[in-house]
Amino acid sequence: MSTTREAILHKIRAALADVPQDETAVEVAVDRSYLTSDPEPEHRVDRFIERVSEYRAKVHRVTADTLAETIARLCASRGIRKLVLPPDIPASWIPDGLTPMVDHGLTDDQLNESDGVLTGCALGIAQTGTIILDRGEHQGRRALTLLPDYHLCVIREDQIVGIVPEAVRALQESAGRSDRPMTWISGPSATSDIELNRVEGVHGPRTLEVLVVMKQGG
Amino acid sequence: MTVEAIPTSPATPFQDSARLALADTQLRRNMGKATQTIRGKRSAVVRELPDWENLREAGRGIKERVLRHLDDYLIQLEESVKKAGGIVHWASDAAEANQIIAGIVKSHGAKQVVKVKSLTTDEIGLNEALHQEGIEAIETDLAELIIQLAGERSSHILVPAIHKNRAEIRELFRKKFGLADLTDDPKALADAARSHLRAKFLESKVAISGVNFGVAETGTVCVFESEGNGRMCLTLPDVLISVMGIEKIIPTWKDFEVFLQLLPRSSTAERMNPYTTFWTGVSPGDGPKEFHLVLLDNGRTKVLADKMGRQALNCIRCSACLNICPVYERTGGHAYNSVYPGPIGAILTPMLAGVENAGSLPYASSLCGACYDVCPVKINIPDILVHLRGEVVRHKQKKWGWPDPENLAMKLLARIFTSRGLFEKSQKLGRVGQKLAVHRGFIEHLPGPLAGWTTTRDIYPVANQTFREWWRTRS
Repeated sequence: MSTTREAILHKIRAALADVPQDETAVEVAVDRSYLTSDPEPEHRVDRFIERVSEYRAKVHRVTADTLAETIARLCASRGIRKLVLPPDIPASWIPDGLTPMVDHGLTDDQLNESDGVLTGCALGIAQTGTIILDRGEHQGRRALTLLPDYHLCVIREDQIVGIVPEAVRALQESAGRSDRPMTWISGPSATSDIELNRVEGVHGPRTLEVLVVMKQGG
Repeated sequence: MTVEAIPTSPATPFQDSARLALADTQLRRNMGKATQTIRGKRSAVVRELPDWENLREAGRGIKERVLRHLDDYLIQLEESVKKAGGIVHWASDAAEANQIIAGIVKSHGAKQVVKVKSLTTDEIGLNEALHQEGIEAIETDLAELIIQLAGERSSHILVPAIHKNRAEIRELFRKKFGLADLTDDPKALADAARSHLRAKFLESKVAISGVNFGVAETGTVCVFESEGNGRMCLTLPDVLISVMGIEKIIPTWKDFEVFLQLLPRSSTAERMNPYTTFWTGVSPGDGPKEFHLVLLDNGRTKVLADKMGRQALNCIRCSACLNICPVYERTGGHAYNSVYPGPIGAILTPMLAGVENAGSLPYASSLCGACYDVCPVKINIPDILVHLRGEVVRHKQKKWGWPDPENLAMKLLARIFTSRGLFEKSQKLGRVGQKLAVHRGFIEHLPGPLAGWTTTRDIYPVANQTFREWWRTRS
């Protein structure tokens, strides 16, 4: 055992001499009277779309039937040729007429030279306009959504939760797993470093586009 | 350019540095505009949450729980990180932390590292220490890059280049990047940084970051950021070294439901910052193959030992107290001569470095209390400032073995205030004594050693008739 470790722990214990010996951590009260579920869950999809758009990300409503054609149309309109894809992306999502780059070990340079990336996500938060990736289904590893300049992200309506505590609850399982690193994304890469004005597009994808797959007949 | 680390012994007292800063009109314009902008935005996004006060109270409670049982939580965190494949190091002070980090970088034969903006690494003077070892540390946050290129020091914990306007930044980039036709459009400036740094991200083998929160229960650590430079550093290199102050622990993953709401709204005044990365140890096939967590004390156990000041370790480095502070708004961050400026710096620096080394900072405040109102973890900064002023005075007495004249005067005043007879007699005396000093109804200048009192304030003279005297004449 490192002696520094013991020395620091010793100093902490000496500093906390005023804390009763038999006090346990959970006895220190934490007032959790804040909201833990969305009081207006019926607005969550509209709110998600509104808040993601406010970050200057583009959001489109689609259905399962129009998803594939919308992906194809957006890629074509942006001139996307080399499209990075996670290995488990549904084949039906992949548009014809471009070069799919399925990630079976793409190098950073290959990712860097691609035109964009298409992924799903773990969930979305309406309150904050946030998309969460946790390396789960249809997402792939973190570098895929980082190096390409364009990120097209698909989210199902039922993946959208209302407020932050609901998302934290849903991610409890991923949080403890080392193979599930998480990225919370709220709009495209941005900086407020110059006169505190928000400027979109620094190191991450400069364009974020989101497709919300609505339940049909709903 | 050498940049001093904190804890430091600010050679210049705040009052002197502040005077210089106040004379810089460009600085005051930049600071005024920036702090006003962010204050307005913050208050708008905070008002959106009906349970903001409940969240603040929860945030405070969680941090109190952590601090009162810090030893247990650190041991738990260490275990969780190890279990997830990470390597944990402990460092008592800056020198030890720098030595550990330089050792890891060298063991991988790296000559250059990319860095995510981190106050903790600024505090230990890591970049300079690595430079001594022949390792170049490249700052990748836009503002950090700006001040690194300019050879300056940070003036704000969140927006280190807040003191520079876009024209000044354009000039700097033109010179350093050789871009003659660069405009001062913030978008063009950000683009210039993007292309300058992309190659560095791809070629660097080692990255260094700070840590916003570390979860004892799971070993999950995280970095909140905006630009994506953090994601680059946390994802692309083979080796990641993260430096974490020992107070940055939260007990459980669930506690993020509080801090993920408190921090972005208080710091960048956004509903959520663009990117937050959470990782637990090493993730096979995704990101770094080696993860080191350096747990840093560097004076924090000293702060912990101060029962009153302990709550300063609640700080989540949001910077809301800087932006709201009427003193900080006017002087900017450099006047504080510390990595931690503003109200939080005025309490944290003297506690980390000792009041004997930063005795002017507890006075860098009007005690208006705005910092306490905006603090997302309810640190009672004004109370700690008063407490530390007491410490400064006690330290002076101990050093001189005798109270100083101001102290004697205060003691005398205290006696006078506790006795009606003495008080009324001294009022009468004062009425005679003040005759020459009163101008236009105020005492603007006191003579001799008392002059210090009137350099920044006017004093009301003793009234010609006090209320009590008037009352007596009634009957």
